[in-house]
Amino acid sequence: MDYASLVNQRLRAVKPSGIRRFFDIANEMEDVISLSVGEPDFQTPWHIREEGIASLEKGRTRYTPNRGFIALRREIGNFLTRHYGVEYDAEKEILVTVGGSEAIDLCVRSLINPGDEVIIPEPSFVCYVPITQMAGGVPVIVETRPEDGFRLTAEALEAKITEKTKLLILPFPNNPTGAVMRRPELEAIARVVERHGLLVLSDEIYAELTYGAAPHVSFASLPGMAARTILINGFSKTYSMTGWRLGYAAGPAEIIALMTKLHQFAIMSAPTTSQYAAIEALRNGDEDVADMRTQYDLRRRLIVDGLTRMGLPCFEPEGAFYVFPSIRGTGLSSQAFCEKLIYSKRVAVVPGDAFGASGEGFVRISYSYSIGHITEALERMQAFLEEL
Amino acid sequence: MPMEQLLELLQDNARLTTAQLAAMVGETEEAVKAAVAGYEKEGVIKGYHTLVNWEKLGAPMATALIELKVTPQKHTGFDEIAGRVMNFPEVESVYLMSGGYDLAVTVTGKTMQDIAMFVAKRLATIEGVISTATHFVLTKYKDGGVVFNSDYEEIDERGSNLID
Repeated sequence: MDYASLVNQRLRAVKPSGIRRFFDIANEMEDVISLSVGEPDFQTPWHIREEGIASLEKGRTRYTPNRGFIALRREIGNFLTRHYGVEYDAEKEILVTVGGSEAIDLCVRSLINPGDEVIIPEPSFVCYVPITQMAGGVPVIVETRPEDGFRLTAEALEAKITEKTKLLILPFPNNPTGAVMRRPELEAIARVVERHGLLVLSDEIYAELTYGAAPHVSFASLPGMAARTILINGFSKTYSMTGWRLGYAAGPAEIIALMTKLHQFAIMSAPTTSQYAAIEALRNGDEDVADMRTQYDLRRRLIVDGLTRMGLPCFEPEGAFYVFPSIRGTGLSSQAFCEKLIYSKRVAVVPGDAFGASGEGFVRISYSYSIGHITEALERMQAFLEEL
Repeated sequence: MPMEQLLELLQDNARLTTAQLAAMVGETEEAVKAAVAGYEKEGVIKGYHTLVNWEKLGAPMATALIELKVTPQKHTGFDEIAGRVMNFPEVESVYLMSGGYDLAVTVTGKTMQDIAMFVAKRLATIEGVISTATHFVLTKYKDGGVVFNSDYEEIDERGSNLID
């Protein structure tokens, strides 16, 4: 049968992720030292897992309310207030989702009409463009630059705005660059958002993994911005709970209501066991997060130092768990660099162009690995560069 | 980051180079060298060991935890007896305990028989020792914070998610 003509044409036209081909190579090889994955290496803290187990033992195996348990939504509200000084009504302004990814999808589909333009900074997480396209929206890419610390500047944003612009996606702390937005830059963005009447999807999934003295600033905490912002966060990166599939969105009641409508038809409710575990995470997990952040920070310094020593210029990442060094000095493209590296030294890193065309000339290196693993990989990379 | 962080890093992995340690704690190599030398001199760092899983080699090796009940001595309390116990090279650790007995002693030997004889001849006969109870280690699941039993070792099953 000619399925190609029968299936959804919009979906068929979506370009497959550039990371896939590369991972196919990595998977077929043995003894590969990988610095490529985008999930924490820590196991979910035991006290959190125990609450999940206990809920199963008690037979708590049914659906939860569509929006998620109210106890969980209250804890999420408390967490957001405690950490970022933002206030949300747990009844109407918070929705528990299947990971941050579902929240992004729901948000874009709830807001975008065909032809609406969505501004997406790149390099960034690979899902924003396809999700926008599936909703009939038009992705408008705004490139961030190493000389700006891969931050989105108000000028670059302003230059992309047309009368069709509806939504700005703000993915900071950023995967893959590790860039964070500090308050003055966010304030400048907020002025542009206000002036043009935009909505903002602020993907703050890495918020708790921000290093240095200044804590993460939530875009929704800026004056006037809560009414324009859908704040997305989750448990995967913060508490090392990727497999539990749990995230959330917080925002204006009308928008959350629309997202809930879509969520109830598509998903019904987020996993029950995970919700019980998440309540424990929010109540008693601050210390775990602090410990993990300390570990990531040590590795971050180790890897930035190692890359700099071997002559790969490295913008200092201040968030998430990635470094994004430039490999332009080698004269190779990102893809060629990564392929040569894996074939000759069995070290896997991800080509930067997988995160948008502006990622060409860079590679993404994850430090969600043990210190021993990182030092071994650095040694191999150094040898690789010496042989080039 | 405080220099105490060095101790945690070295406790987990004593093979890190001065340059790597310096990068991680955000200090110069000289400062790290001086701090480590200081800790060694003060006896804060007591040594550098390798955690060996002898079982894996099939080498003959037995370990026992021995509970000692003792009569504390006038003036010296438990210290004098503990001192006698820990002089034996067979003794790996000695702790003074709260609860049902006084000294917890870890002893290693080639066989269980060797250990049983050591307890009977050397420990039980020390003046002030009232009784001994010997518990042999059958298998080691976790030691020094490291999982030894391969059934429980963490496997990195993170893989090729195109969307991560």
